[in-house]
Amino acid sequence: MKTVEEIKSAIEAAVPEAAVEIAPNPNPALPHSLRIAPECALAVAKFLRDDAELKLDYLSNVTGVDWPESLEAVYHLYSVEKKHGPVVIRMHTVNRTDQVELPSLTPVWRSAEFQEREIFDLYGIVFTGHPDLRRLLMWEGFKDHPMRRDYVEPDDFEYEPTAHDEVLKRTQTHQAMVTSEPITSSKGSEGGA
Amino acid sequence: MSEMQSHSAILADKPESWNRPAVMEPEGEGELMEVAMGPHHPSTHGVFRMDVALDGERVMRLRPVFGYLHRNHEKIAEGQSYLASMPYTDRLDYICPITNNWAYALAVEKLAGQEVPERAEYLRVILGELTRFQNHASSIGFLTQEMGAMGTPLMYAFREREKILDLFEELTGARMMVNYMRFGGCRVDASPGWLERTRKVVAGLAGFVDEFDRLLSTNEILMARTQGVGVLKAELAVNAGVTGPMLRASGVNYDIRKVDGYGIYNRFNFRVPLGDHGDVYDRYMIRMLEMRESIGILQQALREIPAGPVMSPTAKLRGFRPKRGEAYGRIEAPKGELGFYLISNGGPNPYRYRVRPPSLINLTVLEDMCLGVNVADVVLIFGSVDIVLGEVDR
Amino acid sequence: MLGEGILKGMAETAKNFFGSYFSAERLTTVEYPEQRIAPYEAARVFPFLVFDGSDWEAGMRCVACQICEKECPPKCIFIEKSKDKKPDALGKQQFYPARFDIDISVCMSCQICVEVCPFEAIKMDTEYELSTDNRFGGLLLDRRQLAKSNQYYHQIHPAEADGVDARLAAEKAKADAKTKITAEAKTAAIAGEGA
Repeated sequence: MKTVEEIKSAIEAAVPEAAVEIAPNPNPALPHSLRIAPECALAVAKFLRDDAELKLDYLSNVTGVDWPESLEAVYHLYSVEKKHGPVVIRMHTVNRTDQVELPSLTPVWRSAEFQEREIFDLYGIVFTGHPDLRRLLMWEGFKDHPMRRDYVEPDDFEYEPTAHDEVLKRTQTHQAMVTSEPITSSKGSEGGA
Repeated sequence: MSEMQSHSAILADKPESWNRPAVMEPEGEGELMEVAMGPHHPSTHGVFRMDVALDGERVMRLRPVFGYLHRNHEKIAEGQSYLASMPYTDRLDYICPITNNWAYALAVEKLAGQEVPERAEYLRVILGELTRFQNHASSIGFLTQEMGAMGTPLMYAFREREKILDLFEELTGARMMVNYMRFGGCRVDASPGWLERTRKVVAGLAGFVDEFDRLLSTNEILMARTQGVGVLKAELAVNAGVTGPMLRASGVNYDIRKVDGYGIYNRFNFRVPLGDHGDVYDRYMIRMLEMRESIGILQQALREIPAGPVMSPTAKLRGFRPKRGEAYGRIEAPKGELGFYLISNGGPNPYRYRVRPPSLINLTVLEDMCLGVNVADVVLIFGSVDIVLGEVDR
Repeated sequence: MLGEGILKGMAETAKNFFGSYFSAERLTTVEYPEQRIAPYEAARVFPFLVFDGSDWEAGMRCVACQICEKECPPKCIFIEKSKDKKPDALGKQQFYPARFDIDISVCMSCQICVEVCPFEAIKMDTEYELSTDNRFGGLLLDRRQLAKSNQYYHQIHPAEADGVDARLAAEKAKADAKTKITAEAKTAAIAGEGA
């Protein structure tokens, strides 16, 4: 299989307005990836799937990553016909707050369908062109994006049977807010099996 | 559950494209009936819901609903060390904890550049193939259960599974949640007594597969219900990322044990069965044949296993901090390609920990396979995909 | 002939059914709780703390280093160090746990605490009939409930306990040899000064 540099030149030759650069893996012994600008991603993806030498017809994994400045989608591509791979491509959003769109690669590889839905659900990246962008793992009225690093868990400590230390403090504050009777710690109640 | 909609509203929003599910035309008049199959359902392999829109008995539209078993395994892993995530991987695909452990250990070993001693590789193969055997046997058992066989083939499969789980308990201490692989080898060495008992169990497995085969494969009811049902074309299967026995039943020769040759699989002589039609009967037959190939691999591995250590001397248990970088490690789990994608920022916890779940991605084509069939066949097609909700929802 | 496959299958079922009257291979049910299967030696359920000798407080091997608390994946161990020290098996003064709670409703029996303990103080028990009717604290075991003797450890995991005893004896022998050498050096120095 071609090296990352050769794939980059092949993409630039075939898709003229493609903006591709090599994103080196901080560990140099492991494969490097290609960072693709979102505008040309669909054309590049079609080229990678249909090119006679690469024939990357199998999208194995789509991952969302939360970096401090932006969100990212990472795609791992393999070839079932030629039995080579992986080729890793990545796309960054502009920022984490309001410009979180990326083009969906579901029209090119169907296996992105559920995985992009999951990234939309857990990270908040909006994939334009996805046929059915709904939440996957969380329920439909859910408001936040749980996998982000700044996600705050809701305060739903109704009770914990063996509350201890930190959890005990949270349970007690929650109970104080909800009812007027205080609860005692588990050590105070009849302990022992 | 959504309220009744007119059928044009349900079916209208489907863009036409070769890799989208077909737009179905209902034959009768009136409204489509919307049924929620699940999450409390005896045949859905766990808490899983399918919203089907029916015209009489035929399925016009099917939307799977996930998330009932979502435990946010990936976020928990970001908050604890690499070693502490190992027992959580047991609970992903809870029928096959060994292969989950192996995939995670493989990904971390790639990330950290860790070597594994030979005896540990052989033990991994032995336990992995035992896991594959009991998974395929249980999967066929559950499939026949859903066909109405009231548990007889399932209980025969579970009888063999009990022998394998007893071996696991003797070696690792637990029947299912084994927590056996470590980064750089295996946790516990196998005694010669254990290897002897394993050889005895493996010697009995071939007779079991023959018996299972005689019980089921030429059964007219099974053939009538499964042949021609739920056909999946090879082109769509590859494009939709389907892997494992489901992909091979559609005729595509892609087995990661042969393609990647991870571990020491290129030392073993085994064949990869392929199907011709891609229907439920082919998937059943592929699992049956893969059980036989697993027995072959097991006999080879048990003959050739060398002496030696099972943990690499450079492996660290505590204070394990792999260098900055990212790695994707994948194996051929019994259900498909199980991959772990890890990003390390040099700290003791992973920065990003992602599980590539074969069961979730195999379900991408569930709607395509189920359109136009009766409700009873939906249960069979779903059973032939062989999913486990712990993996789908993580 | 139509139906031949079904008849072949029924022959298999009949073989299993009538065979279950004659061979244990085919009848694998164990009628619990009247019959029980002895657990394997390696079986693990929940952790317990090992103590040497007969006094569970004085002989407890745990020195409250809190490594198991840090490494436990679901964080079900809660330790409070003592303020004073007591001598351990090698004679050194060590802290001990004033409070050592394990919440077994959270514990997932992964056995990582056993693997990382440097003092062979925490091991896996095989007791599994632990249900209680007290939902607030009935499954929170304190150090009194967790402390079990080394003889008990030998009963449930004989080979493992023998290995642990051998390792601890070797450590003690090494420590004794070191103190003997330093004591001899001291007496030699004093004798050298005196002469």
